[in-house]
Amino acid sequence: MDLDQKRTRTVDRVVDSVDRDVESPESTPMCPFPDEVLEPVLSLINSHKDRSSVSLVCKDWYNAERWSRRHVFIGNCYSVSPEIVAGRFPKIRSVTLKGKPRFSDFNLVPEDWGADVYPWLIVLAKAYPFLEELRLKRMAVSDGSLEFLATNFPEFKALSLLSCDGFSTDGLKAIATYCRNLTELDIQENGIDDLGGDWLSCFPESLTSLQVLNFASLNSEVSFNALEKLVTRCKSLRVLKVNRNINLDQLQKLLLQAPQLTELGTGTFTQDLVTRPVADLETSFGNCKNLQTISGLWDTNSLYLSVIYPACASLTFLNLSCATLRSFELTMLLMHCKSLRRLWVLDTVGDRGLEAIGLWCPLLEELRVFPADPFEQEEVAGVTESGLVSVSRGCPKLHYVLYFCHQMTNAAVATVVQNCPGFTHFRLCIMNLGQPDYLTNEPMDEAFGAVVRSCPNLQRLAVSGLLTDLTFEYIGKYAKNLEILSVAFAGSSDLGLKYVLGGCPRLRKLEIRDCPFGNAALLSGLTKFESMRSLWMSACNLTMNGCRVLAKEMPRLNVEVMKDEDSEDSQAHKVYIYRTVAGPRRDAPPFVLTL
Amino acid sequence: MSISIAEHDYIRLSEANMEKNKIDDKDLNFKATELRLGLPGSESPERESVTVKKRGFADTINGGSGKWVFAGNGGLEVDLVQNGGNKNLGCVKAESDVLVLPKGGLLEKKGLVSVKSDGQTSVPATKQQVVGWPPIRSFRKNTMAVSQTKNEENNDPKMGSGCLYVKVSMDGAPYLRKVDLKIYSCYLDLSSALEKMFSCFTIGQYGSHGAPTREGLSESRLMDLLHGSEYVLTYEDKDGDWMLVGDVPWDMFIGSCKRMRIMKSSDAIGLGKILNTPQNLDFSTTNQEVKSPLNLAPRAMEKCRNRN
Repeated sequence: MDLDQKRTRTVDRVVDSVDRDVESPESTPMCPFPDEVLEPVLSLINSHKDRSSVSLVCKDWYNAERWSRRHVFIGNCYSVSPEIVAGRFPKIRSVTLKGKPRFSDFNLVPEDWGADVYPWLIVLAKAYPFLEELRLKRMAVSDGSLEFLATNFPEFKALSLLSCDGFSTDGLKAIATYCRNLTELDIQENGIDDLGGDWLSCFPESLTSLQVLNFASLNSEVSFNALEKLVTRCKSLRVLKVNRNINLDQLQKLLLQAPQLTELGTGTFTQDLVTRPVADLETSFGNCKNLQTISGLWDTNSLYLSVIYPACASLTFLNLSCATLRSFELTMLLMHCKSLRRLWVLDTVGDRGLEAIGLWCPLLEELRVFPADPFEQEEVAGVTESGLVSVSRGCPKLHYVLYFCHQMTNAAVATVVQNCPGFTHFRLCIMNLGQPDYLTNEPMDEAFGAVVRSCPNLQRLAVSGLLTDLTFEYIGKYAKNLEILSVAFAGSSDLGLKYVLGGCPRLRKLEIRDCPFGNAALLSGLTKFESMRSLWMSACNLTMNGCRVLAKEMPRLNVEVMKDEDSEDSQAHKVYIYRTVAGPRRDAPPFVLTL
Repeated sequence: MSISIAEHDYIRLSEANMEKNKIDDKDLNFKATELRLGLPGSESPERESVTVKKRGFADTINGGSGKWVFAGNGGLEVDLVQNGGNKNLGCVKAESDVLVLPKGGLLEKKGLVSVKSDGQTSVPATKQQVVGWPPIRSFRKNTMAVSQTKNEENNDPKMGSGCLYVKVSMDGAPYLRKVDLKIYSCYLDLSSALEKMFSCFTIGQYGSHGAPTREGLSESRLMDLLHGSEYVLTYEDKDGDWMLVGDVPWDMFIGSCKRMRIMKSSDAIGLGKILNTPQNLDFSTTNQEVKSPLNLAPRAMEKCRNRN
């Protein structure tokens, strides 16, 4: 979207020269298709990247595209203003907005930084009163905003909030009460003020259109009676993810009413008081013939985990990241999950559990292993390099990995990418800072060198461990398709960043923390930043002067420095740089300086 | 090759901080390798958050020798002391044993410590002191914290092999049974399972008393028989003492139970509890308070019923 705006100027220039050949701009357009043909054809194109390309062809196509577009994706809410969006696209029905930099998930961005959705809602209400869908990620959303949304968009259908903050369950009450046509309410992992579960009781009896309901991350108990009635009357419900307070008995009742579910998130998956034998639960799961995804499974153990076996054969995504399973429990479960494509687990399953994955899930494409206890100081188990190697041996289709571990070796990573050269996302987090290859004591440079050399389709990379500039030399040289790179506590000098900025032609998002990269490195990427969405650098060696130079040279970038009380005045402790057509932020808090 | 923290000064630990880290880490490590025999309460607080993973590690180091550990937290520790915790000393000792590791070797190999030139080991820069590292979202952190606690309440302790089989004998029964304590999450689960398991023997027993020996004796009938205070469920703990099941919190129980015996009430005199009430086998303690099952049971049953 933002890039489109930039390219508009280019398009104008191109179109002008074309028109000159045809005597006047008002004469018959060069494009052979009338609008009546072009618009319906273009309306079949949904990928926003394709649509951007379409809009660059010529002025007619640009116009046809803008009139036929129904969904707009804005990857950085500050790269464009809502007015510009409304001005270009008259018929939008669905908006996706992303706000804060990703490192805000790890408390690196101060509160009140911005990304407030309210100014957007005001403009959207005027421009798109029949808006149907709003998907927000890392935005600041207040209860007032949710109330505004619920009462100003009569056709509103789908709300998805991921990693947002600033609202409470009161805001959800408004959505439940006023959105008469709601099909989707997806509340995930937000910094929400949970004031109680009675928001769910606000859905009117007349609401039968719900297809997606996800409140797994809310803590308060909802009225089970209200939930059961809601599930019973919403016959199109396909995604139901409840929170931990829903117990097994209640879950069974819900499953009885909604055997058509394709995605299920359970509540607590164990019981103190067994009022119904386990066999009944097993039958309930067996009756859900369409289940593709199961998540939740809090507190579960071997006894209760077995009830989901009847549903496992058709599962494609199993999210066990809330269940502290051990290796044998996972093994027994996976024996039933031959169709699994995506698996999320905790490292409590250990290397033995991972071996089981390699044995039983040959179709696996994505694996995420989260640490159950990331801050444990003393010796902890978890997973090691051998677990990852076993998975790679048994799962040749693996292309997405997120792996938290305490130790790794260069050789192991090389083996992994040799077994699975199709990696698109390789995110390795060796949790001990600056940890070398624990067998050879060498830096982990060769590991990531192997990754970028062996995996030509690599789009996303996160590095960790003891790394010198050599890692970045490899990345810059070989990672031709890399779009997202995350770096922490790595590198030896400016060269590291220079290598990356000098290579990686497709780089879009670069986030760096605690690396010895300074002004010279930053300025070496001057021309590159306009082709990227954003760059984050914190706790590096940047100074205010360096940032000022960048800001001066590149007026179409916002160079924002977050002032820290602790750091000296000349140091630029946290720097966030992004391209924009909207100019400097007007809502920047006092600690954010736009240079 | 030793890696010293000083080389990595871009981590931005100040000199003072680094010094402090070194000292703290040294202390921590010595504590970790120290064999302790003190009473509970002499344990240092930071040692208490034993997790599932720690047990797993013990498994790899000690070859699954079955040193199981407590679900420890500050509160539980206090309970131990209040109980005059001698009985549970064994468990605390086990915790120490788990952490006795060959100095330097394995930890160093695992890269979690580095050996300095003077031979002292230290753990690299502590994770907790670095904001936002490891990069785990706060949502997930909170989920895990609660999940761990709950899991420990339900399932600890666990042996290296992943089960906790104990023998259960019943007075008058011709053979013993074995149960895996791990698959139960509370006393009520256990008692239901035991009742089912030993129902055949009870039928036989009461057959001769004139009660009709039907096939498929109903559960309620069985419960009546058992609650007729003929039998009590007892267990032998780590110290060899025979205790009434239901006295202690569930996880403490499965941590100390070596075997169980369903004995006749008449034989159970001297266990220090009032026996001739119908509630003998209702040991449905659902929280960690230590109470006599006879007092708690009815209320606990109430609580369970009300919840559903």
